[in-house]
Amino acid sequence: MHADLQAARIVKRFGDHLAVDALSFSVARGSFFSILGPSGCGKTTLLRMIAGFIAPDSGDIHIGGQSMAGVAPNRRPVNMVFQHLALFPMMSVGENVGYGLSRRGLPKAEIARRVGEMLERVGLTGAQAKRIDQLSGGQRQRVAIARSLVLEPTLLLLDEPLGALDLKLREHMKIELKQLQAAFGTTFVYITHDQSEALVLSDQVAVMNAGRFEQVGTPQQLYYQPQTPFVAGFVGASNRLGGRATAVQGDAVTLSNEQGLVLHARAVGAISAGDPVQAFVRPEATTLAREASALPANQPIYAGQVQSLLFDGANSALLLKEERSSAKFRIALPQTGQFSDLQVGERVHFGFDPKQAVCFAAPPHAR
Amino acid sequence: MPAEANAARATAARPDNALQARLLFMLLLAPALLWLLGLIVLPHLELAALSLRERVAPRVYELSLNQYRTFIDEPLYWHTFVRTAWMSVLATALTLLIAFPIAWTLAKLVRARAKSVLFMLCLVPFWISETVRTLGWMILLRESGVLPGLLVSFGLADTPPELLYHDATVLVGLVYTSLLFMVVPLTSALESLDDALIEAAYDLGGNGPSILWRIVIPHAAPGIAAGCIVVFMLTLGNYLTPTLLGGKNSLWFTEQIYTQFITRFNWEQGAAFGFLLLALSTAMVWVGLKLSGQSFGEVMRR
Repeated sequence: MHADLQAARIVKRFGDHLAVDALSFSVARGSFFSILGPSGCGKTTLLRMIAGFIAPDSGDIHIGGQSMAGVAPNRRPVNMVFQHLALFPMMSVGENVGYGLSRRGLPKAEIARRVGEMLERVGLTGAQAKRIDQLSGGQRQRVAIARSLVLEPTLLLLDEPLGALDLKLREHMKIELKQLQAAFGTTFVYITHDQSEALVLSDQVAVMNAGRFEQVGTPQQLYYQPQTPFVAGFVGASNRLGGRATAVQGDAVTLSNEQGLVLHARAVGAISAGDPVQAFVRPEATTLAREASALPANQPIYAGQVQSLLFDGANSALLLKEERSSAKFRIALPQTGQFSDLQVGERVHFGFDPKQAVCFAAPPHAR
Repeated sequence: MPAEANAARATAARPDNALQARLLFMLLLAPALLWLLGLIVLPHLELAALSLRERVAPRVYELSLNQYRTFIDEPLYWHTFVRTAWMSVLATALTLLIAFPIAWTLAKLVRARAKSVLFMLCLVPFWISETVRTLGWMILLRESGVLPGLLVSFGLADTPPELLYHDATVLVGLVYTSLLFMVVPLTSALESLDDALIEAAYDLGGNGPSILWRIVIPHAAPGIAAGCIVVFMLTLGNYLTPTLLGGKNSLWFTEQIYTQFITRFNWEQGAAFGFLLLALSTAMVWVGLKLSGQSFGEVMRR
């Protein structure tokens, strides 16, 4: 498959701080690629290097097969949707969308036609004469995207464009963005710190931490097969449990700790018996039951006391303390009505499939 | 219970408070109103009356438009008038051209500390009185002054040239005096411009001149208009700089007013000239705002 964006060992340093650390990756044509990471991980620096606002200290970026070394932002086949959109308040909607075309020296009639078509495609038919401050948040978003896509860029960069919207609108715009990308077929590179945005929207997600990609994969791969403890902890919610590997059989690891917790998990990477390890168990991969007999018999069964109930509709969970080890677990609370009368202090049973729990050799700083 | 009592007291006190607030507001406003009335409105009414009367016999005056007719009939007067307007427009334009890069540097390019230092540097000349500053220019530019001397010692001139008493000299002095009044509103207008807008325009294919024209200037327009109005008015009404740097050749309209009032003791003519100058500056500001599509209220908020 042809790659629209290729980065080869790009490095950017700010003083002593290594913002982007020898990154290499490629983004396939027509795909929605997200870079997900906590703030300060270097994702904005990376995006600005792709856009051309800053130059990498070393390494090379290829866009659409062309090297971008020394190419100014206004000459790159790349457009960017800014964090706060950066629509031009001194221009109408039509002038905003037509700005790039007029810079290319297209005739007025041609610009008007293409602006009209583009506004139609983003659902803003006839909005040319409106002022930016007359638009709602979602409409501004669409103008910002239209302004970039009308130039038919090889690559559209999006810098957390949903960050400033309220929750309801953000959910709505996620769907719109996905549909727009599918309709236009342009390659999107999207940066965010919001994992839900990255998981919902993307074909490929790169999880970035401290200037490096921890893992690049489909949302499902990141969620079900995290390759590093950072990814396991960052993508989705997880119970993190530390201890030593007491038995290793193929990829099945038994973890025990001094408090008496024993659990089974799937090993990722090389682990040998005696190693300090970290296991991650997802709250939603855990089954809850009032009676032990209601849980699958082939799985280890734990018992614990409910400490608090965190009601959040479909995302409800409970916190409990495992009986033997006092380890705290967060467990998803199914909203089927079965547990609607659950009380704090009640004794419940829970279990999980060891294949759904992952175990890593503990990173050096966690030993 | 105490809370209720407090609430009751507050309700009872409300009309009182409103009255107090209004009184306080009037008191705070009073100095400004007095100043406006006593020093601006009243003298202008008196001047208007003066400009519209003519002495027909000792201590006998008649209503007349003769003063204004003299202005039209005497070419020297309206020639000076037009020249003053034209030179002021030129000085304003030059000030804008010079102040823009300074304001851009202050607003966008330097960090907070350097910015305050640079701002101080712009302000320092204003610690010295305008007369002394203008005399400083005379020391630099007169025939036996510093600059002509340097020109001779570098071999650029055979004899020290007289650099004073040219139109260009007057313009230099006017621009120098007005620069700060342009830099301040421009800097604040440019500071409020989001850098992301410039980046976005650049990203969409804009280059320096087009971004300046389509993004920066429209955004800074109210600041530009505010600076231009202030500078134009200061220049038009300036007396010292044109007189000292331009000498007899300066032909500045304020000099005509001075001559009428002080030298010729023709207060009626002076008052008429004063009103003509007021009308000129009002008209020019109005035309300027119309041409740039700005509203006065928007500009004055800057």
